[in-house]
Amino acid sequence: MMEKSGKALIEALLFASSKPVTADILQEITGLSGETVRETLVALAGEFDAEDRGIALKEVAGGFQIRTRPEFSEQISAMYRSRPRRRLSRSSLEALAIVAYRQPVTRSEIENIRGVDSGAVMKTLLVQGMIRILGRKESPGRPMLFGTTRDFLEYFELRDIESLPSLEEIADLGEIGPPEGESSPGSGLPTPGSG
Amino acid sequence: MASSDRSPENGENATLGDYRVELDNFQGPLDLLLHLIKKNEVDIYDIPIARLTSQYVEYLDLMRELDLDVASEFLVMASTLIHLKSRMLLPFDAEDGEEEEEKDPREELVQRLIEYQKYKRAAEEFSTRPFLGRDVFSRPEEKLPVKGEERFIEANMFQLMDAFNRILAEADRRRPHEVTREGFTVDDGIEHIEALLSNSGSVRFAELFEAGSGRRRIVTIFLAILELIKKGWLQAVQKDHDAPLRLIRVQGDAGSGPEKQEKAGQ
Repeated sequence: MMEKSGKALIEALLFASSKPVTADILQEITGLSGETVRETLVALAGEFDAEDRGIALKEVAGGFQIRTRPEFSEQISAMYRSRPRRRLSRSSLEALAIVAYRQPVTRSEIENIRGVDSGAVMKTLLVQGMIRILGRKESPGRPMLFGTTRDFLEYFELRDIESLPSLEEIADLGEIGPPEGESSPGSGLPTPGSG
Repeated sequence: MASSDRSPENGENATLGDYRVELDNFQGPLDLLLHLIKKNEVDIYDIPIARLTSQYVEYLDLMRELDLDVASEFLVMASTLIHLKSRMLLPFDAEDGEEEEEKDPREELVQRLIEYQKYKRAAEEFSTRPFLGRDVFSRPEEKLPVKGEERFIEANMFQLMDAFNRILAEADRRRPHEVTREGFTVDDGIEHIEALLSNSGSVRFAELFEAGSGRRRIVTIFLAILELIKKGWLQAVQKDHDAPLRLIRVQGDAGSGPEKQEKAGQ
């Protein structure tokens, strides 16, 4: 059914882009219907998964992106030897988790939950572009309100902020959350007709 | 950098093997308490305050022995625990007919622990996700100008200094000399810049300095700009060599380019 050229074109577009490409842009450039674009993406993702490929098609931050598979992280890092491996400290991750689930949230709300001063971590997260200032809270002192960015979604391979597992789900996983890696539900592509 | 976050993370000179690892890992007093609860295999809703308090205090002593900087939050929690312990020794006196339920003195602490634990786990969940630039990689940013995107050239130090001098001169002209003491630090300056950048990812140089700012504030903001440029988080650009300077945020590596988040303010 599917036009071969459409699939090849979409693959080329995704390959050439350094940012996730939205379905709208794919539709506009290919001239295909939204439904066809969606079907093509699913087919492409399926092919990447079925064949022995080093890449996968992921839906992140409201768009689609070709990414390498996590099992090759070490070798790829070795290739980029000069590049520092980015790692978020535990304190950063904690503060970030609170921002992600509670946004818009103030620094003092974060500090109340963590029980420690979080000024330095917040600054780091701001500079890294993980969080941003959404505005000020209309309360005494007009404290700044923080929220997560689009980059945050890209970094953590999230389709949107709603695709984060709920805190209850995480609590149910118990102490040791199984490192599921790839098969986590938030990162896959929806099946056609699901939306 | 991030270790100025108040947690005892600098355990370099520690010697007690096992303990060192553990001490390194505590984010704060709540984290330490959760650890003790788990270690003692006790119910979080029924914490044996006396036992935990003595263990908690032991840890603090150990930290001091190891010359770790014990953050004040740890001490506040220690006094909370000791206070709770003394209250637990008093009998509950709400039995006589009165339906007034005496609250468990531990209630508030338990709620805080549970709340903190939720986010601690969420953070652990985050760390298991594939992280761009560490576990998974996308195409790095190409420097191809995309349709309609403005081209900028990078400004050099002299141009930055020129722009800075103009702002200073302007400030001096408008404002009689006045000595005020502002507690405005370079860190505050960074926060200020980030706030202005957070919408569109770029801002005019002059916009960073509100009209009527004092000299001290202007210098501090300028230092903050230099700091961010030095760290590679910020870039000073202009359309041509005489055009006004703009500051743009340099996105992190790992393929997330400055596609001006949300296109707002363009």
